[in-house]
This record gives sequence, C-alpha cells and structure tokens, in this order.
Amino acid sequence: MSKARDNILSRLRTARPDLPGGELEKTASPPSSTPNQRIEQFRSHLEAVRAEVYLSGRDEWVAELQRLAQEKRIGSLLYAPDGPLGSAISKGWDEQTKPHLKWFEQEIDNWKEPIFFDTEAALTSARAGIAATGTLVLWPTVEEPRSWSLVPPIHIAVLDTSHLHDTFESLMEAEAWHQGMPTNALLVSGPSKTADIEQTLSYGIHGPVQLIVLLLQ
Amino acid sequence: MTRSLPENRGRSDVRFHTGVREALNDPQIRANFRSAMDGLIHKRRNAFPDPAALERLRLRSERIRANALSRLPELLEQLEQRCTANGIRVHWAETVEQANEIVLGIMRQHDARMLIKGKSMVSEEMGLNTFLEQQGIECLESDLGEFIIQLVGEAPSHIIAPAIHKNRQQVARIFRDKFPDIPYTEDIEQLTRNAREILRKRFYQAPVGLSGVNFAVAETGTLCLVENEGNGRMCTTVPPVHIAVTGIEKVVERLADVPPLLDILVRSATGQPISTYFNMISSPRRPGERDGPKEVHLVLLDNGRSRIYEDPELIATLRCIRCGACMNHCPVYTRVGGHPYLATIPGPIGSVLEPQKAGLDRLGVLPTFSTLCGACGEVCPVRIPLPKLLNRLRYEGVRKGSGALPGAGSRRGRNESLLWGLWRWLHTSPRLYRAAGRLATRLRHLLPNRLGPWTRVRKPPRIAARSLHQLAHDQEFDHE
Repeated sequence: MSKARDNILSRLRTARPDLPGGELEKTASPPSSTPNQRIEQFRSHLEAVRAEVYLSGRDEWVAELQRLAQEKRIGSLLYAPDGPLGSAISKGWDEQTKPHLKWFEQEIDNWKEPIFFDTEAALTSARAGIAATGTLVLWPTVEEPRSWSLVPPIHIAVLDTSHLHDTFESLMEAEAWHQGMPTNALLVSGPSKTADIEQTLSYGIHGPVQLIVLLLQ
Repeated sequence: MTRSLPENRGRSDVRFHTGVREALNDPQIRANFRSAMDGLIHKRRNAFPDPAALERLRLRSERIRANALSRLPELLEQLEQRCTANGIRVHWAETVEQANEIVLGIMRQHDARMLIKGKSMVSEEMGLNTFLEQQGIECLESDLGEFIIQLVGEAPSHIIAPAIHKNRQQVARIFRDKFPDIPYTEDIEQLTRNAREILRKRFYQAPVGLSGVNFAVAETGTLCLVENEGNGRMCTTVPPVHIAVTGIEKVVERLADVPPLLDILVRSATGQPISTYFNMISSPRRPGERDGPKEVHLVLLDNGRSRIYEDPELIATLRCIRCGACMNHCPVYTRVGGHPYLATIPGPIGSVLEPQKAGLDRLGVLPTFSTLCGACGEVCPVRIPLPKLLNRLRYEGVRKGSGALPGAGSRRGRNESLLWGLWRWLHTSPRLYRAAGRLATRLRHLLPNRLGPWTRVRKPPRIAARSLHQLAHDQEFDHE
C-alpha cells in the first residue's frame, strides 16, 4: 500500500494551506499545592467516582491491606512476588488467614483462563498519581502485566503520596515522558463505568467493578 | 448495520425529509434526546466553572490542532517512522475500500473468524462490520451503547452515546429478546452487569481486537484512547492482535500536546474531570513482557480528508476532536437525533464534514439542518467556526459552475436562482426597489395562500398596506 502512502502525502504536500503556525503558549499552571492539598484533592476526586481511598503508613500498609481484604471477603489476591510491592507483602502477610496470595508465571496464555474466570482481586503498584483529576498512573511491567489492573473485578493499587503530582501536564514534564514511552501507559481514574443507557451512571462494566487505592505516607 | 449513503442526486432530499418527519413525530425520540442533551449541556457547563479559563484552553487547543494540520505530511511521516521503530505496523489507505481490505488481510493472516471492537467512528465510516460479515467474519461491538444497537441492527445516533435514542425499557426488551435465559430487568446497573457477563467470554476468546484512536502522537509513536468502560483496554490488551484505525487528521506533534486536548475533550464531551481510562499504546508486547498484543497495526485512512485539507477555510473541519458538544447544543439535532442525517457523523460537525467527503450532490442538504443559531461554534473546544462553514457549504451547493468541492453547484435550481437574480436586481436599484414595493402593497391580496413548504404548517405572510418607508415618510422621519 505504499502507493496509497505516496498519493496521500503528495496530495497533502501540494495542497498545504498557508496556516499560521507560531508558538503554543501554555495555560497558566495552577499554583503549586502542598502535599496535603494534593492528597485531599486526589482522594475527593476518586471518591466522587466510587473508588475507595485509604491512607496508610509506609510500615503498616500490608497488615492494613490484609484487614481490608478480609473485610471485603476477598478469598485470594493476585500479586507480583518480584514486583515493587513483593518483598513488603511476603514479609508482612499473615499466611494463616485470608486472602490467599496467588501469582501467575510465564505469559498470558498460561493464565488467561484463571485471570478471567477465577481471580477476584489483583494488587499492583502505581507509578504516580495526579491530584487535579484523582488519577492513578500505571506503567505496567514484566512483573505487573497490564491485564492485572483490568480483568479482575477488584483492583487494589498502592501509591506513595510522594509520587502525587498536580496535573498530568506537570507529571509528564517532570518525568520527561517524551524521552521514552513504555509499551502501555495508563491513566486510571476510578472503577470502570458507563452512561450509555439513559445517560445514567452505572459502575462495573468491562474493567474492574471496584477500585481501592492505598495511599502511603 | 452501517447504512449505505443515499444515492439520490441533485435536489431530491425526500429521504432526509421523511427521516426528519418520522423523528419529529416520534415522542419517544424527542423525549430521549431532549433529556439526554439537557443533561450533557448541564454537565459540560459545570465542568467549566471559569469562562476565562475555558477560553484560554480553547485557544490553546485550537492552536495545537492547527499546528498539527499545518505540518500534517511531515507529522504523518514522523508518526510512521516512530511507530515502525516501536514495532507497530503502519498501513495507509486512500479509500474505505482499501482500509477494509487491509483489515481483512490481517484477519486472514491470522485465520481469524471474529473481531472484537472498541468504539470507533472511523470503522463506522468504513462500513467495516458489513464488509467483514460478508466475508464470513463476525464483528462484535463491545462498547455498551454500540453493543445494544448492534443487537437490533441500528446505527449510532450520537458519537459519544450511540444508544442515546433508546430508553431503559427499550434496552430491557432488546436484552429479553436476544438473551431469553437472562432474567428480565429494567434496572440499569443490572443491565450493565448482564452485558459485562456476556462480553467477558468474548474478550477472552477474541483473536483480534480493533479500536479507534483519539490522538496519535508523532513525537513518540503513541496511540491514545479515551474511554470509561474498559472495553477499549480489553480490545487492545487481551487479544493477540490489535488493529487501530484512524483518520490521517488525528495526529498531534508532541506528547506535551496531549494533556490539554484530553482535558478539553473529556470535559466538553461528558463534563467529567477526566475519563476513567486514558490508554497510551506505543508498541506491541516487547520481549519479556507477559501480556498485550504481539502485533499492533495502525491503519491511516484518508477518504477525502486530503481534499478537505486543500481549502484554507474548510480545513478547520479537520481540527475536530470528536467530543460531540456541537450536537449536544444543537437545537436541530436535539429534536431529530442522529439518524435522519443519514451519515456516519450527525450534528453540526457531521453536516460540515460528511458532505465534503460524500459530495454535496449526495449530502448537500445537511448544511441546512441548522438554524445558524451559533451554539455549535460557541462550544467547540477547538473553535471550529461551524456556522460559517455551514453557510459556506450552503453556498457551495448552489453556486454557479462547479468548484473544487465534489458536487458543488449540484443543488442549484433554475427557479430559485431566477428568483434570487430578480431579488438582486431589485435591491441594487433604488428606483426599481421603490416601484416593486409600491406594486407589492397594491397587489398584496393576490398573494397565494399556499407558498410551498412554508404554508404546510404556517399561515402565509401578509404584506402590509403601507410599507415601512411610507410610514416613516408620513411621520416626517429624516431621510437617514
């Protein structure tokens, strides 16, 4: 189809209209906020879309997560033993009580069926958060593949409050995203939802039905 | 499920008028659209509490899109080069036929009999479902609204909310008819869960997933997708092959262009601060990674866009980011819904875009689906001067001779052009104008009671016994 390519490009080149280019000015960024303001903003946006947000200490969160999971009667929890949360979990988890920890090895072909039909909840880390919109930023990795935050009905994400940014724009700039993008970068701002019937908001369509965020400070 | 374009030529607008009449006479359609559009207008207004900030963001978004268009050929080449370097296979299609063949070729390569789809207006433009089904390949829409209307073989009536013309009782009845094993419910949350269960199995099985693209970033070779449901993520994550289809105009120059566009797109479309998911795809599964598609294909479709590109005024059409705000605010769209437009994209932007693609001879009536109230132009997040473009296309339809636009001049009628010729003649000579005015007041009783479509639902206008000029003269008003 390189003929199509050449035709399209040459039509565009011949036809190019005289358009004003010029510098793109940035919208004034909001005055930078304090860490506590960011946490509050982040939490209120997420809670407004029925996500649950819990603040926890950096040393206590594993026990708190287990307590929370028990409260929600989660029988087993998918996690990444080699991921950024792996060592804290294996150190702090009480193996005698629920939920049982589980993990998947190798490629999706080996665990496609259990993740679709036999996994209640998955735990992943979040790379960053955006306060202005209540958004988790995920860059799925080899250890924490991208379907883990998507397929199971419950997604639990752990985010350190030191990684909270004001806006998507400031985050992208601070981390120089343009220098190298991962296979898949995701912004997640709540459990999946739809308003396709009568414009009525309804949660839990194709992605997770529940989103639980543990904020560490 | 995709309707073919009307074949009528010239001034035969009958099919459109029939559709409009049917929609106006259907109280269900009127009620469903009125309440949905009121809701969307309200949500958008609340999402932009500061009018000055909104104007700054609109200006910035307009510049980003205009800048991308001004460098379109270079950016498309850069996009191709970056995507290819990342492992995404790039295909070019001049026509929808070529685009369909490309998708079919990929399906055949993988011996795939089924395609699961995220929401894509470009695939609607291609008539992809009909095409693939003729080749024995099943296409399954997975966006809830698209899924519902696919069950009954209908086309989307809104670009963001495709099943907006159905209310919950109608949806409940569709589910009862198509899935008799599932208990009947009119509860929206339960209907949603039922669709979740049905589609989950299909995501699991699907060999190929298809999606549209909201922004394609030339700088990094990244395809961006905006959605709330997670079906777009499913289609682009779970099947071993992902095909993205997009129009060539969707490219932006830099990654830094994305945050403001995402911001204004979502707030304009649904009034949310951000969509539930923003999915940025830059490559297929890399060595060592454990999921994600092993192949990602990008199909770049022209289909008339490069011709729109030629016109310094009409090129603004290509700035569109498909938020739907213009239709939500359109008094015509709100009363008839999307179906009477008989085109892929309805509403003001559709009335500007579709006739340019299909030709004014086929869709030239669409620019008259407007009161020129200006609301569409006021809310457009990238400041497309929609009323001006609607007017321009009305002119192109009836202009003398043919212009660069396909079908230009095809709507010119002999009687109408004679009448306007006469009108111009009278209005460019003061003497003639006065004489005609006197004649009209004298002969006012001769005005017929039936004046074409105007008097079908209205009384004919009556000419006054004395003209405004005469009244002013009697009052001894100054000449000026």
